[in-house]
Amino acid sequence: MDLLLDAVVIGVLLGCFYAAVSLGLSVSFGLLDVPHVAHPAFLVMASYAVFFLNDRFDIDPLLAGLMITPLLFLFGLVAYRLYYETFEKRGSDAGVRGIAFFFGVAFIIEVLIILQFGVDQRSVTATYIGKAWRIGDMRIPLRLLVAFAVAAGLTILLSLYLSKTFMGRAIRAVAQDQEALRLMGANPVKIKQWAFGIATAVLGIAGALLIIVAPVDPILDRAYIGRTFCVVVMAGLGSMTGTLIAAIILGVVETIVLTLFGASWAPAISFAMLLGVLAIRPQGLFGRRS
Amino acid sequence: MKRRTFLGGTIAAAVVGRTSGVVAEQPPIKIGMSMAQTGGLAGGGKASQLGIEIWRDDVNAKGGLLGRKVELIVYDDKSSASETPAIYSKLLDVDKVDLLFAPYATVPTAPLMPLVKQRGLLLMGNFSFQVNSKVGHDMWFNNAPWGPADSWAAAFLDLGQKAGGKTMALLAADQEFAQNLAVTAKAVAKKLNMSVVFDQAYPPNTVEFSGILRALNAAKPDIVYVASYPPDSAGILRAVNEIGVGDNVKIFGGGMVGLQFAAVMENLGSLLNGVVNYNTWLPEPNMYFDGTKAFFDAYTPRAKEAKVDPLGYYLAPFGYASGQLVEQAIKAVGSLDQKAIAKYLHGNEHKTIVGPIAFSADGERKDTATLMAQFRGIKDKNVEQFRSPGKQVILFPERLKSGELITPFEAART
Repeated sequence: MDLLLDAVVIGVLLGCFYAAVSLGLSVSFGLLDVPHVAHPAFLVMASYAVFFLNDRFDIDPLLAGLMITPLLFLFGLVAYRLYYETFEKRGSDAGVRGIAFFFGVAFIIEVLIILQFGVDQRSVTATYIGKAWRIGDMRIPLRLLVAFAVAAGLTILLSLYLSKTFMGRAIRAVAQDQEALRLMGANPVKIKQWAFGIATAVLGIAGALLIIVAPVDPILDRAYIGRTFCVVVMAGLGSMTGTLIAAIILGVVETIVLTLFGASWAPAISFAMLLGVLAIRPQGLFGRRS
Repeated sequence: MKRRTFLGGTIAAAVVGRTSGVVAEQPPIKIGMSMAQTGGLAGGGKASQLGIEIWRDDVNAKGGLLGRKVELIVYDDKSSASETPAIYSKLLDVDKVDLLFAPYATVPTAPLMPLVKQRGLLLMGNFSFQVNSKVGHDMWFNNAPWGPADSWAAAFLDLGQKAGGKTMALLAADQEFAQNLAVTAKAVAKKLNMSVVFDQAYPPNTVEFSGILRALNAAKPDIVYVASYPPDSAGILRAVNEIGVGDNVKIFGGGMVGLQFAAVMENLGSLLNGVVNYNTWLPEPNMYFDGTKAFFDAYTPRAKEAKVDPLGYYLAPFGYASGQLVEQAIKAVGSLDQKAIAKYLHGNEHKTIVGPIAFSADGERKDTATLMAQFRGIKDKNVEQFRSPGKQVILFPERLKSGELITPFEAART
């Protein structure tokens, strides 16, 4: 029973971490329909930037994540413009070619990281890494508590931004009907570019969490392609709170299976759950039926 | 007399001149290999390659082999087993190499074994684990110090049993190398009448180990044998630090890959304290042989320049030793006849910078030289500390030992 309770608590925390690394994809893939398979590569790149600032200037990883956020926003604007001009603008098969584009970008990022930082694992130091919070017999790693708090904060911020601000509502509108938006006199490409910038900027903090939770290496992005897409699709494309809840479900199920039923089963159960959800609710847990 | 001497000298000079002309014209001896320069194994692959390159430069500085320069032809196998068969076919059929060195690690090497056996070629292995056990190729030689298949687990569990351990927990990555270790560990535990109270294989890319560790603690083992890969090794040790493993654990570690690499050790810092883990070379007093110090003097600046593992203890000297093995064999047989070279390697003991090497019939070391060492007094964020003796105290084998096990594990962590 203690083990089950432990597994649920750790699972919720781990799920929040999964949510944090998936939120950007929820915007770029969920709302904008951009087949952004380079999302985890952008995430790992952000982690390396955090590592650089932490290692060289001894800056706290979370603060470093905040510091690189504007740069990532600009990077996102440029990346989307490049994608739009070279692929999306050209026609109906842009989706498939877009996947090729983003896979290419992901490989280029991997190689650039290897050239700059080498192939070794990198990690950061902070007061909350390597320590645990003790409640009775239970010990909760502080780094996961940090991930929990930051993920919850990010979700709330992003949800508020998308529902309360003019630009946020425009982003949601572009996801629903681009042509209608054009008729209203707004340029959907510019709004999508802005949204892609936001999706990439979020990776500053997410990248910091990635390297806080575990060490990173240049090809770690490959491990997160499945997880992040699983979370976003299970949540229902474009739902921020849905992303948080789906990620928590994934985290809890994964940890319970890891702890109580045998670690080998964990990935299979997670993806079986995704297939199950899609079979019953093709629009995802929190997506609206189109 | 003077005239005769002059004449003799002239003839000698002409002969020498002609001979050196022949040397200059002779094509180099080509040694071909693939190496993990990118992908998950690249950290080790690059260090190993640098070790082999230092040997090449040394041997060429001494005039080469059989009067010919040595040239290395190396391709990146991206750490992938699917790349190596095509690369080695190219090395043989297009590049026409004279000798083959295996890529770093078990998985990229395994698919090459049928190829070299079929063509009757010598393959100098590079840290594979038991790839020849089922193939039975008599021209395979492993440069790694593993020795018999079960020696790795036997050394660790023996230390645990001597410390009073009666039960074992086994935590292994769900991948070939770690599972091989796990299988031998279970067999050794059975021999030692040790009960296995926890046995888990975890999938690659597991992010968080707190849950697994809690389940492991609930089984209250005396010995915890871990067979993990680099990303997981760091995750497991972090979780150990946060969750703890209980006072009953006498010894922890065994087969954790990654704790041999400078970047990982530097990152983990004090979390390493107390862990007993396998290794291959360490800067302890009994580990220096003829040429060892000179090798590391050459390696250190070159590693810095090439952004390769700054310590290079785990693989680089063994890459150099691979070169020394073929160098000694080629000089002894006086040709590149691979059968003769293999026969010589099987029949003799060879002096290398990692100590004397003798091979058994399966091409593995006759006696294991795999070290079991305990991390002690490690501080955070300091890679240079690992160059000093006493930071990884060798507990096994007896002939290389530099200290005794500190137990229980929790006591050794401080």
